[in-house]
Amino acid sequence: MSAVPLLKVNDVSKFYGSRIGCRNVSFELYPGEVLAIVGESGSGKTTLLSCLSTRLMPTSGIVEYHMRDGQYRDLARMGEAERRFLMRTDWGFVHQNPADGLRMTVSAGANVGERLMAVGDRHYGNIRATAKDWLTRVEIDEDRIDDQPRAFSGGMRQRLQIARNLVTSPRLVFMDEPTGGLDVSVQARLLDLVRGLVHDLGLAAIIVTHDLAVARLLSHRMMVMKDGAVIEQGLTDRVLDDPREPYTQLLVSSILQV
Amino acid sequence: MATPLVVSEVAKSFTMHLRDGVRLPVVANVSFSVKAGECVVLGGPSGVGKSSILKMLYGNYGVDEGQILMEHDGRLVNLATAEPRTVLEVRRTTLGYVSQFLRVVPRVSALDIVAEPLQARGVAVAEARDRAAELLAKLNLPTELWSLPPATFSGGEQQRVNIARGFITDHRILLLDEPTASLDAKNRAVVVEMIAKKKAEGTALIGIFHDEEVRDAVADRIIDVSEFSPRKQAA
Repeated sequence: MSAVPLLKVNDVSKFYGSRIGCRNVSFELYPGEVLAIVGESGSGKTTLLSCLSTRLMPTSGIVEYHMRDGQYRDLARMGEAERRFLMRTDWGFVHQNPADGLRMTVSAGANVGERLMAVGDRHYGNIRATAKDWLTRVEIDEDRIDDQPRAFSGGMRQRLQIARNLVTSPRLVFMDEPTGGLDVSVQARLLDLVRGLVHDLGLAAIIVTHDLAVARLLSHRMMVMKDGAVIEQGLTDRVLDDPREPYTQLLVSSILQV
Repeated sequence: MATPLVVSEVAKSFTMHLRDGVRLPVVANVSFSVKAGECVVLGGPSGVGKSSILKMLYGNYGVDEGQILMEHDGRLVNLATAEPRTVLEVRRTTLGYVSQFLRVVPRVSALDIVAEPLQARGVAVAEARDRAAELLAKLNLPTELWSLPPATFSGGEQQRVNIARGFITDHRILLLDEPTASLDAKNRAVVVEMIAKKKAEGTALIGIFHDEEVRDAVADRIIDVSEFSPRKQAA
């Protein structure tokens, strides 16, 4: 396990006017670690994810990323071009709604190939072969490579979005409710797929979810948010088996057993 | 060789915030150590805190006070205060656990569930699967089940998958939470034999066994957990 963190988050807060988005969040994420951020709607999970992934500027606090050249860079001080390059290559972002992360009117192959071209791949044959390989890895039939995602089911679209994000071998992937709008049977397949890929590729990931079962299955560590603040954090099975804060106890005790 | 596990003055209570903050003391002043090649059995009536102690040792339960010291990778780690990533690292290479119930992952076969801890330590897939197959065969799990996810298995079948998963690595410390509870006599005997082999290899084992026959066969020492009852100590 690597000795230096990939991401260092120090006292990050975001205010919308006088309203709190998230406040005083600090943590470190190491390579290969999967962190789940849980909490109910409006607890600040997505705001925090946006601040970490530079989609929103924090009101205060610092987010630093360990670049491939070994230097830490303050994300807020990075130029726009550099930040965009980082997001297209070393990072992935999986949206709850695949339509937000895919280009719906270009082919599945082009959706995957586009990110490869962003890292300088120009050989059409190679790009197509890699795209095919990735479609297979996310269990999409390779003969669908020329179809547009518009023609795909929700579960397939989500798998395509994952392929698009992982094709450049990112080191850090952000996921916002990745199984949100899916049927449970489709969810199980996607979860298993994500679990396997994260493990095989040694990815670090930050997953926002309100589903504690998803957090249990995918994450090593967990942060529980309420009213914009992190109220409890630790090893995922410790937080779920021995929740300490009143709100965490309420969350855990509210899970329906089947 | 240093003592693999030393537990020192550990205390644990639960605060039930949804029940008006009622505080339930579980155990206090838990102190014991386990030597290499020794099997220590936690004894005492139900509800006395045996499983809670195992869960603290594994890091599933938080620890209010005290230390849980394990020798890991040539250094001493206090699991009671270790960072999550350290706990995970300790679990990967030093500390194994056979839980009472199998937590099944959708779509993953029994064979791969058993092979996974070896793969996590860098053993090649084929070799890990071979070792997994060996163990499942030894535990008499019918071959036709190996490629299926264990969600639909019987209690005894799931438990054997769990045991195989826990025993496949050479972790120096192994926690056993009633590993033979739902097994028939034949398979109980297999598990007793597997525990004896672990002991011979120098593994430190800490277990809960309600079955007296198994307990007598494997235990070097029985620790009466009611000694650690906070109520008793207060009296």
